[in-house]
Amino acid sequence: MTHRKVRWHRIVAACAAVTLVAACGTESSDDKDSAGGAGFEAPDLPQLEEIGDGEGEVNILAWPGYVEDGSTDPAVDWVTPFEEATGCQVNVKTFGTSDEAVNLVKTGEYDVVSASGDASLRLIAAGDVEPVNTDLIPNYADVYPFLKDRDWNSVDGQMYGVPHGYGANLLMYRTDVVEPAPTSWSAVFEEDSPYAGKVTAYDSPIYIADAALYLMEHEPDLGIENPYALDEDQLAAAVDLLKQQRELISEYWSDYLKEVQAFTTGDSVIGTTWQVIANVAQGEDVPVEVVLPEEGATGWSDTWMVMTESEHKNCAYLWLNHIISPEANAGVSEYFGEAPSNPKACDLASEGHCETYHAGEEDYAEQIWYWTTPVEQCLDGREDVKCTDYGAWTQAWTEVKG
Amino acid sequence: MTSVSEGTPEQVSRHQVSTVLHRRPRLRLGLLIGPPMLWLGVAYLGALGALFITSLWGQNPFTGDVVREWNLDNFRLLFESEVYRTITIRTLGIAALVTVVDIVIAFPVALYMAKVASPRMQRILVIAVLTPLWASYLVKAYAWRIMLSENGVISDLGGLLGLDTPGYGLTATVVTLAYLWLPFMILPIYAGLERLPDSMLEASMDLGAKTGHTLRRVVLPAVFPAVVAGSIFTFSLSLGDYITVKIVGGANQMLGNVVYDNVGAANNLPFAAAVATIPVVIMLVYLAAARRTGALENV
Repeated sequence: MTHRKVRWHRIVAACAAVTLVAACGTESSDDKDSAGGAGFEAPDLPQLEEIGDGEGEVNILAWPGYVEDGSTDPAVDWVTPFEEATGCQVNVKTFGTSDEAVNLVKTGEYDVVSASGDASLRLIAAGDVEPVNTDLIPNYADVYPFLKDRDWNSVDGQMYGVPHGYGANLLMYRTDVVEPAPTSWSAVFEEDSPYAGKVTAYDSPIYIADAALYLMEHEPDLGIENPYALDEDQLAAAVDLLKQQRELISEYWSDYLKEVQAFTTGDSVIGTTWQVIANVAQGEDVPVEVVLPEEGATGWSDTWMVMTESEHKNCAYLWLNHIISPEANAGVSEYFGEAPSNPKACDLASEGHCETYHAGEEDYAEQIWYWTTPVEQCLDGREDVKCTDYGAWTQAWTEVKG
Repeated sequence: MTSVSEGTPEQVSRHQVSTVLHRRPRLRLGLLIGPPMLWLGVAYLGALGALFITSLWGQNPFTGDVVREWNLDNFRLLFESEVYRTITIRTLGIAALVTVVDIVIAFPVALYMAKVASPRMQRILVIAVLTPLWASYLVKAYAWRIMLSENGVISDLGGLLGLDTPGYGLTATVVTLAYLWLPFMILPIYAGLERLPDSMLEASMDLGAKTGHTLRRVVLPAVFPAVVAGSIFTFSLSLGDYITVKIVGGANQMLGNVVYDNVGAANNLPFAAAVATIPVVIMLVYLAAARRTGALENV
């Protein structure tokens, strides 16, 4: 009896498995064509030629803090004026990581997205976002010139969005422990760092670029020109450096409150950070300072992009124009803690804001290598070699952590 | 008989249904357990099947789209690169260590609860064991993070004995997980010991066995299936964990973190699915081994 029962179960299980495989198998055959190659090629999509009347609604996908309508803090509101002026009702959905943003974009339910450089190119390549006609956005003329036509927001001179603002990944340290004040990333990379076991680093494959940036200065023989364009050998060198760093690490962070806490307790005393994190820690009387080390730094520069499938393109363009207006740009950059993209915002922001974030200081901005998605076609223009793509970086990052 | 023919049509049909059900026990059983089995089969095993199928697909590394072409690349990568072996072994080690620590702590506690404590004390202890389960997992993990930090409670108390906090790392992970899953070990052992008649202990003593001997030859064999049952919980829960190690594990990662990173950061669902099959396979082996001990009849 038991034996027959067992056999019966097995037959059922086998049937179920076969059915499932068969069902999914059929589905797979139609889908093969849509998955393109790994190389980078922007699909040929038209841009908007003129703005008509608003459609009455716009669905926005944004980093938390980028679209505030006063519901978080009544004093923080740059959405209501937009709704009143344009009649476009704003619906917002926030995301926590660039990869989450890419996933949400693929649902096709949104009109605009605030994409960081490590998401923007992927969206362009997938045809999820379309070229943006900057002539239709009056405030675009005011934007800092050094933010226009960059690797992460344009392809062949065609803009795919409007620059939102930018910030650098800085070196934060406890002033009571770290002496003398560091001037180089060597404090977090070199074996003989006196802070071994108390170092922290950003927990994301994109952090490999920080190691590459360090090697760019300290190992010129490797020939790294751009920390986001690494061939196999250069990636291997960066991974080796990160494995060496792994021995010094107390923990990696991706949640910014976790980093604040680790610096408060002293479990971490030195490591990469954002300005806004330092502000929070200093607000809690933790003795920390930040520095832009001599090698320069990586950073983020965000771009507002318009979805190809959007049904509210007029409202989307109106939003793009609004979010880089002096008022809104000042509000966002101050609330989030980053440099605005529109210099006129500095007149409206509270005093010292633009100085803290070095807004418009081109020397400072040029020291920042903004997050860019690594692709097979080398971003530094090399054509004799294939570069490693984000998939390879993700794999490498797992290996670094071990 | 006559009453049937005189009943309203509705009553008649009802009666017919119940007659059919009465005559066909298999149909009765099918209707009774059909819906739950369907749930188990479709939602539970179906999800596992979908997981396995996804693991055979690939991904366009740049756009993140799933490429639905059958291949074994994910598994090849999993077997060939050393890092995943290391992570698998580390995860297994953590799960095994957590289980051992829990057994060592839970056995005396359960023994006291089942055989020594007064009925009143027994109730209090059961409540005490269960209460931590009401608090959120995250709260408990973060509490350990604070206790284990530099100048935290543990380094303060340990300082009196000349010890320091182990800091964030594998030790902290094992300690925290062992704390989190302890109730899942105590309760099965407690239940197993309750079922052990006192008369057996008395008989053992009467026949001249010392306490240690009784424990080894009578109590342990009797509760072994219960220990295995408890270990299924602690082992499988540790195997799949990724949050605790993120909170107190320092720079270490477990299999769960690899899955999480591949879903969240890399957006590579097929590879995440391939990694997720490792704990499934380990648990199948573990359950097969546990079945031989008769523990599954005890859960």
